[in-house]
Amino acid sequence: MRRRSRPPAADTPRARFDAVARATVADRPLHEWLDNYQAVQQGWHRWAHDDLGDAEEWRDAVAAVRRHTLAHLDRYLAEFAANVERAGGHVFFAADAEEAREYVADVARRKGVRRVVKAKSMVSEEIGLDAALAATGAEVTETDLGAYIAQLAGERPYHITGPAVHMRLPRIREILSRAAGEDLPEEPDALAASARRTLRDRFLTADLGVSGANFGVASTGTVVLVTNEGNGRMTTTLPPTHVVVMGMERLVPDWRSLEPLLVMLPRAGTGERLTTYVSAITGPRREGDADGPEELHVVIVDNGRSRILGTKYQAVLQCIRCGSCADFCPVYRTMGGHAYDSVYTGPIGAVLAPLLDGSEGREHLPFASTLCGACDDACPARVPLSDLLLELRADVVAGPSPDANAAPSTVPASGSGSSSAAEPRWWALGFKGFAAVATRRRLWDAALCVASGLRPILRSARGCDPGRCAASRLEPGASGRSRLLRAPGVVRAWTDARDLPLPAPASFARLWRRRPRAGSPASSSPARRGR
Amino acid sequence: MITCLGDALYPQVGVAAVKVMEALGVEVDFPPSQVCCGQPAFNSGYREEARAAARAYLKAFAVSEHVVSISGSCAAMVRRHYPVLFEGLTEEAEARALAARTWEFSQFLTDVMDVTELPVRHKARVTFHHSCHTRRLLGVVEQPERLLGMVEGLEYVPLPRAEECCGFGGTFAVKMPVISSSLVDDKVDHVLETGADELLGLDMSCLMNIGGRLSRRGAGVRVRHLAEVLAEGWGR
Repeated sequence: MRRRSRPPAADTPRARFDAVARATVADRPLHEWLDNYQAVQQGWHRWAHDDLGDAEEWRDAVAAVRRHTLAHLDRYLAEFAANVERAGGHVFFAADAEEAREYVADVARRKGVRRVVKAKSMVSEEIGLDAALAATGAEVTETDLGAYIAQLAGERPYHITGPAVHMRLPRIREILSRAAGEDLPEEPDALAASARRTLRDRFLTADLGVSGANFGVASTGTVVLVTNEGNGRMTTTLPPTHVVVMGMERLVPDWRSLEPLLVMLPRAGTGERLTTYVSAITGPRREGDADGPEELHVVIVDNGRSRILGTKYQAVLQCIRCGSCADFCPVYRTMGGHAYDSVYTGPIGAVLAPLLDGSEGREHLPFASTLCGACDDACPARVPLSDLLLELRADVVAGPSPDANAAPSTVPASGSGSSSAAEPRWWALGFKGFAAVATRRRLWDAALCVASGLRPILRSARGCDPGRCAASRLEPGASGRSRLLRAPGVVRAWTDARDLPLPAPASFARLWRRRPRAGSPASSSPARRGR
Repeated sequence: MITCLGDALYPQVGVAAVKVMEALGVEVDFPPSQVCCGQPAFNSGYREEARAAARAYLKAFAVSEHVVSISGSCAAMVRRHYPVLFEGLTEEAEARALAARTWEFSQFLTDVMDVTELPVRHKARVTFHHSCHTRRLLGVVEQPERLLGMVEGLEYVPLPRAEECCGFGGTFAVKMPVISSSLVDDKVDHVLETGADELLGLDMSCLMNIGGRLSRRGAGVRVRHLAEVLAEGWGR
């Protein structure tokens, strides 16, 4: 409320990010809700890993399969595509989102599709498929309960595996009541039953089913789906046409290498031994099959992935989309999933969104992390998220690279060297100063001398009289403290919530020089020599 | 390794660490040219500036047998990131060698000095913050708890959700202050839950964050480095 007026905050991505983060922090019930969701999720995650006994070895196995597949992706893509076609399916390689959208919309138009049911698919969100299908005149319905609720609310998924994880019962009741056209009770069972009735009708009348793919088995051309609600089976068996939209990196070589992934995905994602359904789809319905679509299309989406291959960011493609990095990330919990402004949320989103969608306007995302490493510990595929965040930060600071291969899609926002929207010029200057001081002890000593001389002034600026502003919890943006000085920029960012320690009257180096020496090696003392 | 923060803001921590190590018979030296390991620049994306600082460190500690840091994250910077920072450069071997002989204070006492008992008395109810880099990058988890167990009169209350970040994150704290402040508030809630008189740790940067919020909230919890408690209660 009392923030100093700034130039009118344009509707920049960073301004939106700040607004969402601020709103999430200010919403105490939401804060507690997300806190609780993480605690529960982390508990199940730990249980499922302890239950395995040798979870670290399984993680190694997952990482090994993912790394191997990525190293030979061209070979496995060709094998997968040939086997899908051999089984009677159609394969389309989409270079980008537009090609993928166009292909699927074309299928819908050709088949005269009026109703589409979708089983939760991150890639379909990534390429904006819903809008493209709606533009053909078809009605599109998400059938995963969380995704259905998010769709009705007109919201982006909040979490990779829990699209509506932030929504509490009253809001869900409101959304589902509106959809059902009746006043539903605030009971989870009744709400789920209502959604199930609506969705059942959509399944039975749909002309097209769209699903993603958790994995594609190259050796047989099989699409594997890992789901819990049964909607995946309905979507892929009832409608006469089934379109699979999958990222080009989703492959595994064969069924043997699928095992560690099937073991770890549910344990990391939802903290369970196995999901309710594991579906394996090889080609469309064959003669004698009880069900299945007449036509199967597999759309393999590149959309920026091949640009990442072969770069220092390749490991990000090891991700198996379990969402556990978000479940353990304190920053995700605090700023909320919508702050990422991307389909991909949590630490993996902070890495993937700038790489896939282009870094312009997303330069702040790699900085939205304390680098605590909780995500690294949680990841079943050993994606080195913290290291990748560090690489992205270095790229943001370095600005555009002349070698497009070295830093995919790193585009400066302002085009003025290293000073981008997320990286103001004074940070660059600050670190130049840092390097100068960190390499010259005398300069550092002089700076410390000045700082300790400023103690009386700093004392008045450092914080507040605890009695007057001891807010038991933080009020974002409020800085009601008594002080003589209004601390500037960076310092204020600290002192708005925290007291600042004073520089010591004498630095350690000074104390060390003064200490009585009992045979310890003589330390050269520039200060004394100066006198 | 006194670290920039330890030099400028918390000299008493270095003094305490020296006192403890000397009492254990370690010959301690302070190479005066050291300033900062380069972590703030490295974590903020300024690789060249970080390398400049790191080069000065390589020089400062070139002849030291062991390098003991009073900050876990600075030790982690040297151990984990120096080899990456100098990969393919002429200093790579030197960086790897320094990484291999750099220790966090509690790690040095337990893993190098094999300390199994301490003549330390300290009567207080104490909780402990495992800093993320100390815990995850150095793998120092039970070492400090072992040391706490050697202190007579000390009542140790584990911190709830001890493995969670305090929200400091270096420049993160001022680049994204709203998120950082909320996180440190959560941490302070947990510290207060323990009813401890003192919060101890191995990294003054995290403790500066938690301590700054504790004092802003008017809480009377004392925030100190483990070394301070060991030095103060030594031989009592």
